[in-house]
Amino acid sequence: MTNNPIQPVKSSSQPATRLILRWLTPLGFILLILFAIIYPQQVNKQGIWNLFFLICLHITMSQSWNILAGFAGQSSLGHAAFFGIGALVTRTLWLGGTPFPFAFILGGLAAIVFGMLIGAPTFRLRGAYFAIGTLGVAEVLRITVSQNIPFISTMPGPLIASYDLLPRYYLALGLAVAATGTAYLLLRSPWGLGILAVREDEEAAQATGVHVLRHKLLALVLSSFFAGLAGGVFAFQQISYYPSAPFSPLWTFDALLITFIGGLGTITGPVIGAIFFILVRQQLATALVEIHQVVFGVFFIIIVLVFPGGLVEAWNRLRNIRWIKKPSS
Amino acid sequence: MSLESFVQTLVFGVFVGGIYGIAAMGLALVFGVLKIMNIAHGELLMLGGYVSFWVFTTWGMDPFVSLLVTIPVLFLIGLLLDRVVYRHIVTLHGEEKIKNSMLVSFGLTLVIQNLAQWGFTADERAIQVAYTGTGLNLLGVTLPYTRLGSFAVAIAVTLLLHMFLRRTYYGKAILATAEDWEAAELTGINIHRIYMMTFALGASLAAIAGTFVTITYGISPSVGIIWTLKALVVVVLAGTGSILGAFPAGILLGVVEAISGAFIGSTYREVIGLVIFVLVLILRPQGLFARK
Repeated sequence: MTNNPIQPVKSSSQPATRLILRWLTPLGFILLILFAIIYPQQVNKQGIWNLFFLICLHITMSQSWNILAGFAGQSSLGHAAFFGIGALVTRTLWLGGTPFPFAFILGGLAAIVFGMLIGAPTFRLRGAYFAIGTLGVAEVLRITVSQNIPFISTMPGPLIASYDLLPRYYLALGLAVAATGTAYLLLRSPWGLGILAVREDEEAAQATGVHVLRHKLLALVLSSFFAGLAGGVFAFQQISYYPSAPFSPLWTFDALLITFIGGLGTITGPVIGAIFFILVRQQLATALVEIHQVVFGVFFIIIVLVFPGGLVEAWNRLRNIRWIKKPSS
Repeated sequence: MSLESFVQTLVFGVFVGGIYGIAAMGLALVFGVLKIMNIAHGELLMLGGYVSFWVFTTWGMDPFVSLLVTIPVLFLIGLLLDRVVYRHIVTLHGEEKIKNSMLVSFGLTLVIQNLAQWGFTADERAIQVAYTGTGLNLLGVTLPYTRLGSFAVAIAVTLLLHMFLRRTYYGKAILATAEDWEAAELTGINIHRIYMMTFALGASLAAIAGTFVTITYGISPSVGIIWTLKALVVVVLAGTGSILGAFPAGILLGVVEAISGAFIGSTYREVIGLVIFVLVLILRPQGLFARK
């Protein structure tokens, strides 16, 4: 996306620094995963586990939103719908006696079904229909669920007695890694290239033989599946919550904000954005209890209007500034 | 279901549909002219509802008279929002413009809703006038005065808007900008002023709808997004280019919701709007009242 005119200068730099920068991101990822595996075991604090859990959940949600909006160019304003359906189906089946892995996968599949219901009719049309449709599904489900299942869903006694947060955290971590890995592999596959082509110019993509609808739907399937699984993890982790809570538009908004903070259409963006967002929110929520959401809302509007590239683009620009200063022989 | 209760359901559907229509007309106007999708429209409606509530409780002004205060207040808020936020979006092009306007207004939804929660608390507020609960009885069918009054005002507003858009210079300039902003600019229309005025006009329509909501149901900071959704469904139903067509489409949605709500149970009535939305997109994506 960044067609920066000063990029060719890169080639004149020393190979050693180039090598370091080339491996900086993969190395960073590996260190980050190792840290995320080892550190929580060492500290053994519920607060830290919860924080890490939330970060992983939000990485998954924003990677999922990013696959759809950042790669395929289809903004969903109702990602909470997929999250909520995943949570509802997984929780109902799991507490009903189904083994958790089955309930978990079925939750993800149910999210895909709802995604298709909106995606199939709206992807044929141009404009705002998909965004309106997803917003509609999320709100209608939130209201319908809160009217029909108004009571709190609580885990039964024996489950609470044997409750352990750590394995739940590792499940969330695994899902976050899987979502990020899927996004990475997708971008490197011919399907991913097709999806990017659809984002840039639908007519041109169609003309070069890319099946536009099929590529949009693929992005939607992957996106809604991961959002549904994230909902399943939420349902697995929460001891008690209102069944309508995961349908709250805040889940959608957080995913949007994180993706834009990090960098829309990048793979590192959602990861950096989620870590940044959760840590800042932790501080802000205690300092400005009532209006911290207002601060985030204003922040989001400013990012979209003024700096749509997010942190990743800021980093790339910083790198390019360094390259220019190097004397080119 | 007896004939009387069926007619009663139908009448209530029409009345509710009138509110949908006014709410959707504001959204359709802004979408048609500025080509931006304002997800925060329902939040403007909610603010309008609060203004009329406070005017009623502090000065004891009748809610229908309070429109004289509520409309100018929301008009000013509309001007301000256009100046601060939307002006940066209208200069974008095509798909990018719609997409960014939705993202930004989605963020704005959160901002306004949380500010309202902070300022007005999450309690539900409603206006109770002397004639609340009384109504005209017509052959066993009750027509509550509040709803009847709202519907009459809604029709009057629709007719006024029609006259304004077709008969006045300003209205014609707005329609011209909606059709082709480049050509409009070439003929000497100041399109940025048109954009600003149109957005403020949309906010005023939201104020009227908000007042009706406060009289009929009551208002709380979280209702905004629900009304945005109703307005969006109506706009899609009418056809995204049709501004005045939003009113009959709103009534249609109100009636269909009321009747199907009576048959499938009121806890599932929200689903109807979504089903209509999907059906319209599959069967007639240009909308029911589109001119093309």
